[in-house]
Amino acid sequence: MLKGLKKAALARSLWIYHVAASPCNNCDIEILDLLTPRFDVERFGLLLAPSPRHADLLLVTGMVNKKVLDRVLRVYAQIPKPCVVAAVGSCAISGDLFVDSYNFAGPLDKHIPVDVYIGGCPPKPEAMILGVVRAIEKLKKLKDL
Amino acid sequence: MNMSVGWVFFYLLVFPGFLFTSVVGLLYTWVDRKVTARMQFRVGPPLLQPFYDFFKLLGKDTFVPEGAPRSIFLGAPLIGLASVSVLSTVLLVSNFFPGQAFAGDLIVVLYLFAFVPIVLILGASSSSNPISALGASREMSLYLAYELPLLFALATIIVKSGGLLKIGDLLQWQWTNHPFLYSASGALAFVSAFLCMQAKLGFVPFDIAEAEQEIMGGITLEYSGPVLAVLKLTKAMLYFTVSIFLTVFFWGGFRSPREGWYHILGWLKPVAIIVLIILIKNTNPRLRIDQALRFFWSIVLVLSIAGFILATVGL
Repeated sequence: MLKGLKKAALARSLWIYHVAASPCNNCDIEILDLLTPRFDVERFGLLLAPSPRHADLLLVTGMVNKKVLDRVLRVYAQIPKPCVVAAVGSCAISGDLFVDSYNFAGPLDKHIPVDVYIGGCPPKPEAMILGVVRAIEKLKKLKDL
Repeated sequence: MNMSVGWVFFYLLVFPGFLFTSVVGLLYTWVDRKVTARMQFRVGPPLLQPFYDFFKLLGKDTFVPEGAPRSIFLGAPLIGLASVSVLSTVLLVSNFFPGQAFAGDLIVVLYLFAFVPIVLILGASSSSNPISALGASREMSLYLAYELPLLFALATIIVKSGGLLKIGDLLQWQWTNHPFLYSASGALAFVSAFLCMQAKLGFVPFDIAEAEQEIMGGITLEYSGPVLAVLKLTKAMLYFTVSIFLTVFFWGGFRSPREGWYHILGWLKPVAIIVLIILIKNTNPRLRIDQALRFFWSIVLVLSIAGFILATVGL
């Protein structure tokens, strides 16, 4: 029962931390749009966390290059588990048009476990809300955290 | 003043102490978020959102930063929680049973209020994070800024009531005469105490020590998991306690001027106070620490001293 409570509470209160891993900034601007009153993600309990130590949902944007990879790993290590990771935009999912770039470090899920993929270049805030809803459904289905 | 040990523990832990204050405090944070949301034309979080947040934080890992003394870093929030529980108990017991107060509980309340910033400063400076230390130093400056006007505001009502130092006696005085808020000196004291409490809670014009956008939560930066939950709970309980404090000292407690059904209206006084706090919070930008110091040491201090002078001549 305690685990059920823990899971239910986590699914209803995901605090967002946002990492820009060498993006072109479009996904980041869409994330900022997502957090505006127009989309009101606080309905689902989503809040912007000031520090990775308060966060539950990590949004990673951009093609992860070799220089920024270390920072992404460090931020991921600083998030108290259990947490949810979302790859936002085509770059974070696959590398998109930077696949053949000399400093491309591979798609994000090669380095940290990714729970949700939010496609698009950039994804609309609506798409991100859908992704978060999927993350919540996934959390609810999980047997153990 | 005959209380058995069992009753003292009941008062402290269940009603009106820890349990009652934490539940009402968390509901207050919901009111805060909901009113904020409505002011921005959005729907806002569901009623149980603060409880979800609290239980979620309880279920997460906790990091202790390298180089931080474990006992102080993890212990400081617990001391804060305990002091706010005692604070709300003292205030509410005096409010419900004015006869059960002890002499000088007003001084105790002042010291317990001082505990909250002190434990925040302790925890933040022990976390070995330079940004947390910055938050701690700002919290310290802010505390120095609002403490003097707050003392003057309380001195005003003590002088006005003819030197009463018991919360119960102050309440009785307000019930037989009039709430301090309805006199010139008391109104000035209320305004300055109100602004001091806004700073004590760390709400927006004065949230300099937390400042999410510039110093990443400052004093709470290094906290995670259950310890962060304790900090958030302390903040929520302090929220409730502050509204009780202002009601009891300036607005005649929960008692409504008319008896009978109107009694329920008295319970809405603290809610009215927090709605005012939320309105100020949502319509003001954050001040810099030097601006906040100047504000408290010039305008608010002058206001409270003016109130004190008015009280000495009997207005």
